[in-house]
Amino acid sequence: MADNEFTIDEQPVPFKPGQTILEAAKTAGIYIPHLCYNSEFKAHGGCKMCTVLVNGRTQTACTHKAAAGQELDVNTPELDATRRSLVQMLFIEGNHFCPGCEKSGNCQLQALGYEYEMMSPHFVELYPHREVDASHLDVVIDFNRCILCELCVRASRDVDHKEVFAIAGRGLDARLIINSPTGKLGDSAFAITDRAARVCPVGAIFVKGIGFKTPIGERTYDCESISAEADSCEVPETT
Amino acid sequence: MREIQEESDWISPEIEREVAEGLGIPVTRVQSVVQFYSFLYDKPPGRYRILFSDNITDRMLGSSALLEHMLKRLKLRRGQTSPDGAVSVDLTSCTGMCDQGPAILVNNFAVTRLTPRRIDEICELIRIGAPVAEWSSDFFRVDDNIRRSETLLTHLEPGVALDAAIACGRQGMLDEIKRSKLRGRGGAGFPTGTKLEGARNAPGAEKYIVCNADEGEPGTFKDRVLLNSYAVRVLEGMAIAGFAVGSTKGFVYLRGEYRHLLDKLQAEIELMREERRLGTAIRGCAGFDFDIEIHMGAGGYICGEGTALVESLEGKPGRPRVRPPSMVQVGYLGKPTIVDNVETLAHISEIAVEGGASFAKRGTHTSTGTKLISISGDCERPGVYEYRFGVTVSRVLEDCGARAVTAVQIGGASGVCLTPDEFSRRIAFEDVSTAGAFMIFGPDRDLFDAAHNFAHFFAHESCGFCTPCRVGTAIQRNIMDKIAEGRGSRYEVNDLMRLADFMKKNSHCGLGETAGNAVRDTLNKFRPAFERRLHARDFVPAIDLETALEPARRITGRDDADAHLVTEA
Repeated sequence: MADNEFTIDEQPVPFKPGQTILEAAKTAGIYIPHLCYNSEFKAHGGCKMCTVLVNGRTQTACTHKAAAGQELDVNTPELDATRRSLVQMLFIEGNHFCPGCEKSGNCQLQALGYEYEMMSPHFVELYPHREVDASHLDVVIDFNRCILCELCVRASRDVDHKEVFAIAGRGLDARLIINSPTGKLGDSAFAITDRAARVCPVGAIFVKGIGFKTPIGERTYDCESISAEADSCEVPETT
Repeated sequence: MREIQEESDWISPEIEREVAEGLGIPVTRVQSVVQFYSFLYDKPPGRYRILFSDNITDRMLGSSALLEHMLKRLKLRRGQTSPDGAVSVDLTSCTGMCDQGPAILVNNFAVTRLTPRRIDEICELIRIGAPVAEWSSDFFRVDDNIRRSETLLTHLEPGVALDAAIACGRQGMLDEIKRSKLRGRGGAGFPTGTKLEGARNAPGAEKYIVCNADEGEPGTFKDRVLLNSYAVRVLEGMAIAGFAVGSTKGFVYLRGEYRHLLDKLQAEIELMREERRLGTAIRGCAGFDFDIEIHMGAGGYICGEGTALVESLEGKPGRPRVRPPSMVQVGYLGKPTIVDNVETLAHISEIAVEGGASFAKRGTHTSTGTKLISISGDCERPGVYEYRFGVTVSRVLEDCGARAVTAVQIGGASGVCLTPDEFSRRIAFEDVSTAGAFMIFGPDRDLFDAAHNFAHFFAHESCGFCTPCRVGTAIQRNIMDKIAEGRGSRYEVNDLMRLADFMKKNSHCGLGETAGNAVRDTLNKFRPAFERRLHARDFVPAIDLETALEPARRITGRDDADAHLVTEA
C-alpha cells in the first residue's frame, strides 16, 4: 500500500499528512456520521457519533489523525448499532419533540435517527426541566434541545470573538450558559449576524420569525439522507 | 477560587464578576469552574458544611443511620441549608477514610470514626456556634493504620535519596529507573522510565513534574498515609524525577478531601527549602534546581485522570483532553509534563538509594517492587499494607483478619469484584491490577448494594464531556434504582449488561470505560442478588401512574378518591 493511504472497510483511501480520518474520508466522498464536528472549527470529540475502529480500537474520526496502513472499520452493523444507541441517548437526555420543532427536517440529530433506524428511544426518557430563553430580539435558545456539541461555544469564541457561550456543570448537569449580567441571551453581546447563530445542528438555537416558511416534508433531510452529501458539514438553515 | 471559597464560604455572582474582571475573562469561564467542582458553591451553604462520605464502606459501617440521626437532630433535609444559614448536610463521594469510617467532612476537614454520640456532640457544637477550629482535635484525628511494611513504608533520612541521585547523574538516574522496571502505581502501569525519558527528550526548556494526589478512587487511602508520614520520600522523589527529566518545577495536586494534610505538607516543603533539598543548587549541586507548589483540588473524581488533572491545574474545569498528543509532549501550559501517582514518585526515591537492579528483584518479573494496598470493609485490621507484587488475594485476606468473605472489590468502584474461587489470583499488573483499593465484603453483605452505590458514584462524577458516559452513567443509575425499588425485570438486567459494554467501548476516558464494571461483575457473579429483586416477571414501565398523577392533583387542588388510581386491596 502507498505511504499516503489507509483503508476504510477494506477500500484504500488517500490522505494528506496532518489530516484527520474524518477529513480524509470526506475528501474521498465517504460518509462518517458526526454531530459536534464542523470543518470550520477545532474538533471537539464529545458526541462520539464519528466513532470508528482503527486497527480494532475505538477512536473518534474527527480527532484521530490518519496514518499510512491504518485499517478502519466504519460501516459495520456493530458500529451502526453504537451510533443508534448514541442518538437514542441524546434523544432521551433532552426534550426532543420533532413534530413541533422548527428544525424538523433540517435537524442533524433527527436525520441521524432516521439514518440509523431509530424506531424507539429505547432508554427511559429523563424529561429534564429546562428553560427557553427568548429574551433576544432575533434569536431563541431552547435548552430542551441542546445536545452539548459546543459548536456555538466554539463559533462565538473562535469566529465571533465574543465568547458568549460556555458549558458549566458536571455529568447530566452539564449545560450551556450565557455570558451576560443576567445570564440571558438578550443581555449578551450576541447578534443575529454571529456565526454562532447558525451552527446549531439541532433546534436549540434558531432565528425568530422564519420557523415554518418551508413546510415540514420539503426540507433538506426530508428529501435526502444525511449521508448523501459526504463532504458537507453545513448545517441546513431553518427556512 | 478555593481560597476565595475558604474566606467567604461561597462564591456569589458578585465575586464571580469581580474575579472575571480581575482576570479579564468572561464571567462564564469563572462560572464553568465554580459549577464543575463539588466543593465550590455558587449558592450559600451552611456556615457549617457537613458532607457524609458515601462510599459503600461507610455505609457498611452504618453511615446511613448516622446521617438520618443527624438530619433528625438538626431538623433538616439532606441538601438543605437551615433557615438561619447555620448548617447544611449532604453526601459526598468517598473521602479516603474507609479504614476509620464512617467519616464526614466539616468545612473540608475530615472527621473520622463517627458514632451516634459523636454526632450528638457535633450537633451541640453547631447549636452553640463553636468555631470548627475550636472543636476537639480528637474529632479530626486521622490514623495511618500501617499494618504491614516492607521497603517503602520505612524511614528515609532526608537528603539521602537526593545525594544518591546526584552521585548517579541525570542520565544515570534515568537508567536506574528504567532498570528498576518501575510501573505507574495509579493503576494503568505505564513504565515510568519510558515516560520520564519521553519528557526529557521532548523539545522545550520548561517541563513539569506533577504528583497526582487526587486519590479519589473509592476505597483507596494509601496516598493519604504516604503524604502524612512519608512525605520526604514523595517530595524528594519528585525532585529526583525533575533531575532526570530536566524539570525545575513540580506540583502536588492534593485532593480537596485531604485539606487536613495541606499545612503539614507546606511546612515540609518549607523545611526542604531551608535545608536546600528544594530550591536552587539542591544539596550544593550546581544546576539541580527544583521547587514544589501545592495545588488543592476542589472535589472531582475525574481530576485523577492525568489530562483532566492538568486542565484543573490550569484553573479550568477538569475535563479530559483528547489524546494524542500525550502529556509527555503537550501537558501543563502546553509544556512536556509528567503526571505520576504519589506512590510511584515515592518509589523513585527508593530506587535512587538502592539502585534499579536491586529494586527489580522484588515482586514479579513484569511487576517489580512493592505495592501499597488500602484495606477496608469486613475485616479485623483495616489499614495500609505493603506487599511485594505477586501476593495472592487469600494471603492478604488472611493477614487482615477477614473471615467467610463473600467477595472482594479490588481497584475501587472501577475495579474488579472477586469471589472466593478467585482468591488464589495475584496482585500484579499481569493478573489483578489495582491502584490499591481492597474492599472486603463479609458473609452477610448484599453485593447489589455495592454495585448500586458505585452506579450512583459514577453518575455523580461523570464530567459530562462525552455522550456515552454522561448519559450512560445516568441510565445505569436509574435502572439500578428501579431494580432496588423492586420494579425491575429481566429486561433491565439485560440492558445493564449491554450498557456496561457500550460505555466500556465508546467512552472518552477511563471513567466511562470502567463505570459499568462493578454492575457487570456483580451481575455475572452474584446473579441471585439481582434475581431476588426482580419481582416482576414481565416488564414494568419506569413511570408510576399514581405518582405521575400527583402534579395534576396539585394543579387541580383535588385529593378525592376519584383523583387516585383504584388500588387493589
